[in-house]
Amino acid sequence: MLDRTAPDTMPAWGRLLAHVVVWALGLAFLVPFIVVVLNSLRTAQEIAQTSMIGWPESWAFPNYAEAWSQFCVAQNCTGLQPFMWNSAAVTIPATIVSTLLGAVAGYAISLWRFRGDTWIFGLVVLGIFLPQQVRLIPWTFVLRDIGLINTLAGLVLIHTIQGLSFTTLFCRNYYLSIPQDLMKAARIDGAGFFRTFFRIVLPLSPPILIVTVIWQFTHIWNEFLYGVTFTTGSQQPVTAALIGLNAAIADVPQYGVQSAAVVLAALPTLLVYLFGGKYFLRGLTAGAVK
Amino acid sequence: MRRAPELLVIWGPLLLAAAHIVVFTAWTVWISFTASTLMPVSEFVGLRNYSSVLATRNWKIAFDNLIVFGGGFVAFTMFTGLLLAILIDQRIRGENVLRSIFLYPMAVSFVVTGVVWSWLLNPGMGVQKLVNDLGWAGFRFDWITDREMAIWTIVLAGVWQAAGFAMALLLAGLRSVEPDLIKAAQIDGAGPLRMYTRVILPTLWPIMVAVLVILLQMAITTFDLVRALTGGGPGIATQLPALVVYDFMFQRGQIGRGAAAAVLMFLTLLGVLLPHALFKYARRRRAADA
Repeated sequence: MLDRTAPDTMPAWGRLLAHVVVWALGLAFLVPFIVVVLNSLRTAQEIAQTSMIGWPESWAFPNYAEAWSQFCVAQNCTGLQPFMWNSAAVTIPATIVSTLLGAVAGYAISLWRFRGDTWIFGLVVLGIFLPQQVRLIPWTFVLRDIGLINTLAGLVLIHTIQGLSFTTLFCRNYYLSIPQDLMKAARIDGAGFFRTFFRIVLPLSPPILIVTVIWQFTHIWNEFLYGVTFTTGSQQPVTAALIGLNAAIADVPQYGVQSAAVVLAALPTLLVYLFGGKYFLRGLTAGAVK
Repeated sequence: MRRAPELLVIWGPLLLAAAHIVVFTAWTVWISFTASTLMPVSEFVGLRNYSSVLATRNWKIAFDNLIVFGGGFVAFTMFTGLLLAILIDQRIRGENVLRSIFLYPMAVSFVVTGVVWSWLLNPGMGVQKLVNDLGWAGFRFDWITDREMAIWTIVLAGVWQAAGFAMALLLAGLRSVEPDLIKAAQIDGAGPLRMYTRVILPTLWPIMVAVLVILLQMAITTFDLVRALTGGGPGIATQLPALVVYDFMFQRGQIGRGAAAAVLMFLTLLGVLLPHALFKYARRRRAADA
C-alpha cells in the first residue's frame, strides 16, 4: 500500500486543503478517546461542576486504583478486576485453541485434501454469516445440558467452536499459497499428516497465525451478547459488567472512576491494536473479502 | 492409511463447527414453529409466532428503525470512508498515523464506545453542557433524549466506529487502480475532479459493493451499540430487531416468538447476502468466460 493513485495534477492549494481537512477529521475521531482518558483523571466533583469534557485540574490518578479494585457494580464492590480476569480467562484459551484447531483444519482442507472437504469448509464458513441471535436458544439448552451455563468454560466453548469459522477460513486461504510440490516432497520422504504440519506448514505460518490470534482476541474480548446472556454476577466478562456499571451511574455519579473503568476495559484490545495494527487490518480485510 | 488421531483432529473440530451451524439453525427454525414459551415444547403452531411478532408494536418500530439506521449508517459510513480514503491518497504527511487513528474504533468494543458516546451525547453533561457553559446558553444537542432523533445518535456512533474500516478497504482499492488508466486520462487533460468521478471511482465499484454488504450485515445485527448507548430508549424509540429478539427470548420468556424474530432477522440478512453471492458468482463466471 505504498503507491498512490492520486493524480499529480492536484494543485498545491488542493493538497494543503486535503491536509487541513484530513487532520481535522483525524482529531475529531480522537475526541471520544481523549475525552474519556481526560475524564478518567478528573475527580467526580470537578466533572459535576463542569461537564464530561474538560482538562483535569488536579490529576486524579487514584481513579484507576479505585476502578480496578474498589468500584461497586451492582452492590458488588470488587472493582473491575474480577471481570477483567474473567474476560482474560475466556479470551486467552478460546483464542489459542480456536487458532490451533483452525490451523490444522485449514491445513487439512487446503493441502492434505480429503473426501468431502469442500462442502464441510463451505458449511463452516457459512458460520461467519449466521447471526448470533439464531444460535442463542440452542446454546442456552446445550450449555444447560452439559452443565456449563453461567461458567467461563461455557463461553470458552462457544467462542472456540464459533471462532473456527474465521480461523479455518484465514488459515486455509493462506495455506493455499504453499506450493503443492513442497507437500509432495514431504510425502515422498514419508512424512505423515502431523509431521508435515509441524515440519513444513507451521514454520511458514507465523504471519497468518498472528493475524488469526489478533482477530480472535479482539473479537472475543469485545463480545457482549453471549457474555450477558449466559453469565450473571461474578461470572460476567468485562463487557457485560460495563453495562451494569453504566446503569449504576444514575444512582451514584462517579464519572471519573467510571471513565477509568472504561479505559481499563478497552485497554487490552487497544494495546493489541497499537502493536499489531497491520495484522488487525489484514484480518479485517481477509474477513471482508471472504 | 489414515490413523485415528489424524481423523479425530481433522474431522472433530470441523464436524463440530459445521454441525453446530446446521443443527442450531434448524433448531431455532423448528422452535419458531412451536408454542414454546420458557421451555421448548413440540406443539406445532405453524406461522402463528411469526404473525404475532410481526403484529407487535415493538417489532414494527424496530424494523422501521432498522431502515432509518441501516440507510443512514451505510450511506454516511460509505461517504465518510470514501472521503477519508481519497484525502489520505493525496500524499498526506503522517498517513500511517492517520490511518491508525481512523481505524482504532474498530478495535474497541461497541459496549465501550457506546458508553462513551452516551456520556458525550447526554445533554446534562456532554457536548450540550460544554457549549452552554462556554456561554451559548440556547445551544441544544439533545438527540439522545428526543424520540424522533435518538436513532441518529446510533447512526453517529456507528459511522464513527466503522468509517475507518470502509476507508481501509476503499484505500486499498484506490491504490490498485491501473496507473496506465490514470496516465491515459491525464493525457486526455482530465482535471482532478473528472479523474475521480469518471476514471477512478467507476473502477472501485466492486469494492464498494463488498463494503456495502458488510455494513448492511453490521447494521442488521447491531445489538451491543444500542444496548450501551440508548438501551433501546427513550421508551422503545431506538429498538432494533436484535434487541427485540433478546427481549422475547430472555426478558419475556417467549422463546417461540423470539426464535421467529431471530429467523426474520436472519431472512433480512439473507436478503442482502444472497444477491451479493449471486452477483459475485456471475462476475466470476464472466471473468472465467472472458
